[in-house]
Amino acid sequence: MGLNKFTESSLFQIMNADIRQNLRSKWFWTYSILFGGFVAIMFSTGITESQIIGFVGLSRLMVTFMQVSMVILPIYVLITTVRSIVGDRESNVMEFMLSLPISFTGYFWGKFTAKFLITYIPVFIALLGAAIYGSFTDLDVPWNLFFLYSALLASMIFCFLGISMFISVVAHSQDLAISTAFIIWLVLVAFLDLILMGLMLKLRLDAGMVIGFGMLNPLQVFRTAVLVLFDPELTVMGAASYYILDSVKRELFIFFAIAYPIVLGSLFGLAGNRYFKKNDII
Amino acid sequence: MIQKEKINIIQIEGLSKSFKKQEVIKNLNLTFNENDRIALIGQNGAGKTTLIRCMLGQYNFEGKMEILNMNPRIDRKNILQHIGFVPQMPPPLKLTVRELIYFFEKLTGTDANTFIRLSHEMGLSVEDNFSKPFFKLSGGMKQKLLISFALGRKPRILLLDEPSANLDPQARKILFDHLKDFAPKTLMILSSHRMDEIAGIVNRVIEMDLGVVVLDKNLN
Repeated sequence: MGLNKFTESSLFQIMNADIRQNLRSKWFWTYSILFGGFVAIMFSTGITESQIIGFVGLSRLMVTFMQVSMVILPIYVLITTVRSIVGDRESNVMEFMLSLPISFTGYFWGKFTAKFLITYIPVFIALLGAAIYGSFTDLDVPWNLFFLYSALLASMIFCFLGISMFISVVAHSQDLAISTAFIIWLVLVAFLDLILMGLMLKLRLDAGMVIGFGMLNPLQVFRTAVLVLFDPELTVMGAASYYILDSVKRELFIFFAIAYPIVLGSLFGLAGNRYFKKNDII
Repeated sequence: MIQKEKINIIQIEGLSKSFKKQEVIKNLNLTFNENDRIALIGQNGAGKTTLIRCMLGQYNFEGKMEILNMNPRIDRKNILQHIGFVPQMPPPLKLTVRELIYFFEKLTGTDANTFIRLSHEMGLSVEDNFSKPFFKLSGGMKQKLLISFALGRKPRILLLDEPSANLDPQARKILFDHLKDFAPKTLMILSSHRMDEIAGIVNRVIEMDLGVVVLDKNLN
């Protein structure tokens, strides 16, 4: 009984150990300083005082922050996480760790949870820092945007973590895992507006089908959701977002934009964990 | 004279393991008992490490293996509560020595002081290295700490894969003295290239070559 008390918490122990190890990695500090520094630079360059196409004050800062996040976060999550399991396998960490009474599931989800926290907390703190700083400098804090964006960031990180962990479990080498992650990111970026519109024009696809394609892409969903609280006529929105918001109710879309990436990430995570449990781990 | 019946710890029947199309272990049949101190010897590629990884539940395999009457894949976590393992290559963990000791305490339920005491006996001053990341320790220091973790848990099965590879002669002597006096009921499997070094500890030698047992000899 006494022993079970200790061993049952293997998920927590792996999570704890992984967080501690991540805190010692240069990647983590570069990433945290990048996001924190970005918010500081935006404040110091007076971005909150400018007004472009209806965005002003902290709303402008937050929208810019989210657009930068959309570019950096997925590739950061993919590149840093795909090495997680396959890297442990190549460096004998896994052979050693899994010689201890740690379940495969505890190991997999412990690492998943650690990566989620270590990726989400810095961006959340940067966003929260912007809101707190704004409230001290007499700027109107758009709390509705703050909560929506916090949820969207969590959802997107979860989604890409699920995809990364799956690749990491299945890939036979770190090089293969990184290449696969990079190709996935490129495809998702390419299918924002550009290829979608090209397909629609070239193949004379139905707009509904294009919307369907767009809504399968977590990056497109994120991009559209970032602007969902603004005027849907805005030109910055991009063609696909315009079509999506023109066709779907806002409240429904917000729910979808948060839930869909989580579901997608969970499915990849569950598939990754299943593969991990069923196959040779080294 | 009544002979005491040996308690069977590991039973292997028709065990085979392949990677893609290459068979690394071929139809292995072995029984390991309590009190057995086994030297598992053989060239590189003989199948020693693969066999150890099968015991640790890290590989799927064909055939039957039972450890403490449990299947190493299905009951992996339960079995591993009774196995102390020292790998051939220390893992490059970024945890500090202190964090690693407490990590082991929490996972295994063994008091951290036990590991610290054993490390001292192995000639490693843990306190002086508490704040150092494990991967920054020298090869010998890493090995001493890992040996302390394996022995400190008082396991029923001790698996040591080339445990003395990174140790200086003095630390080797201390290790082998420890192993000689270690809980006599423990099943000990020592994988090694150097039979001369472990001859004084073991009571059975198993030699593997290309995935089959070519020698299984009791030394008593």
